[in-house]
Amino acid sequence: MSGHPKILAGAFEVLRKDLLIEWRTRARLNALIFFSLATLLLFSFALGPDSELLRKNAAGYYWLGILMASVLSLGESFRIETENLALDGLRLIPTDPRAVFLGKAFGNAVMLWLLSLIVLPVMVALYDVTIREGVAQLAGLLFLGCLGISAPGTVYAAIASNARARDVLLPLLLFPVLLPSLLASVKATGLIFEGDPMLQLRSWVGLLASFNVLYWGLGFVLFPKIIEDD
Amino acid sequence: MRHWTLTYSSQTQALLWLPMILLALVLALIGVHVFDPKARRWTWKALAVIGVGMAVGQPFLALSWVPPEKYMGDTGRILYVHVPQVWMALIALTLNFGASLAFLLKKSWVSDALAEASAEVGVLFGAVGVTLGALWAKPTWGAYWTWDARLTTAAILLVVYSGYLALRKFIEDPEKRATWSAVVGIFAAVDIPVLWFSVKWWRSMHQTQSNPSTVDPLMTAVLRYSATAFLALLAVFIYQRFLVASAKRNEEVALPEALPAVGGTP
Repeated sequence: MSGHPKILAGAFEVLRKDLLIEWRTRARLNALIFFSLATLLLFSFALGPDSELLRKNAAGYYWLGILMASVLSLGESFRIETENLALDGLRLIPTDPRAVFLGKAFGNAVMLWLLSLIVLPVMVALYDVTIREGVAQLAGLLFLGCLGISAPGTVYAAIASNARARDVLLPLLLFPVLLPSLLASVKATGLIFEGDPMLQLRSWVGLLASFNVLYWGLGFVLFPKIIEDD
Repeated sequence: MRHWTLTYSSQTQALLWLPMILLALVLALIGVHVFDPKARRWTWKALAVIGVGMAVGQPFLALSWVPPEKYMGDTGRILYVHVPQVWMALIALTLNFGASLAFLLKKSWVSDALAEASAEVGVLFGAVGVTLGALWAKPTWGAYWTWDARLTTAAILLVVYSGYLALRKFIEDPEKRATWSAVVGIFAAVDIPVLWFSVKWWRSMHQTQSNPSTVDPLMTAVLRYSATAFLALLAVFIYQRFLVASAKRNEEVALPEALPAVGGTP
């Protein structure tokens, strides 16, 4: 068993590899951007031209757009490993398998975060939202929310990529597990949009952070069991 | 915090101990069943007899013997089924967590079969409990379903474990299925304490857990009686489902070449 610095170095290498693959084509991020823009548009079409309703529920639609895109993004992050036995290569790297989890999950979080930041201005324009509590706070919250999606998402994507009917299985497993952290993300984002006179933001962010700690801890411990081959 | 005390005749007082004695008996039988493999031929039958026998008497106790609830009247009587059903679901799902953890620590088909059995029986009891809760909510809250924290977390829990059961159906390789579903079972278990504490954390519309010292002892006794009956049935259900799962595992492991390769891997 290697020490902590070695795990982090391994995780960094996996992260660098994933981001490099993505950077060379930029196919995944481009597709995700258009997919989540289409989702955001669909919500406003489905509800009709009621701008008051859209503004009130903007945080929920925004996170649903990110969540829908996350399933595609997470599935893709393990589909690239099924080509040319890449997963076997990943298993053979002389590092702790938990480093693979950290690298992949962090890479997925970064990808989702970039997506959410790129889509943000369009969402603000579409739903006529004003950000009352500061953009830096919102960016931090978005990153925390994306971390909360990516930890269980990476574990479940690794499982689903090897199972039958993987496209059905991933959302079926992932969405219900994400509901508590999704609820916290939506409430906190709503407070940042609408203003926070009752100072509730702190407790929702606390809930989101504690789910993050729980899911990252579980993923870190359990991930080696999933990719080990015997 | 005892606000008032009801006095009952000494005969009734003695009767109030009966559920606790039956509970001790059921727990003892479950204990024997778990720790003595040779006794398993008869322990589950004894539990089945006790469970069915008590369940037959349960409607009489819950519907006529116990006085109606002060605010809800006769509608409140559903709690003698609804509450123990949800308790049993939580016990079964906690057992699933234990079995999943045990499998990851030491691979064994026993813990895998137990995980499969407990998840399925837990979802069954949970679904019945939630349905009964919805039936009660219509006359009491005016709607079958409200987006209340307790109800929402209960629904999430059922969906999470339905996903778990679906995952088990989707993977053919028994060893991979066991490992992966154990991991998913541990992730899913995060929601069990969330369900239990949701009524306290979110000041839900659903009442918080009552404390025996503030409830009429007759009601507590009937609730304990019902819980004991369902506990006996829960143990029998899980054991029977476990036998089916074990037989299935043995069949799968005996014919490894008959199994198709795990989907997708080249």
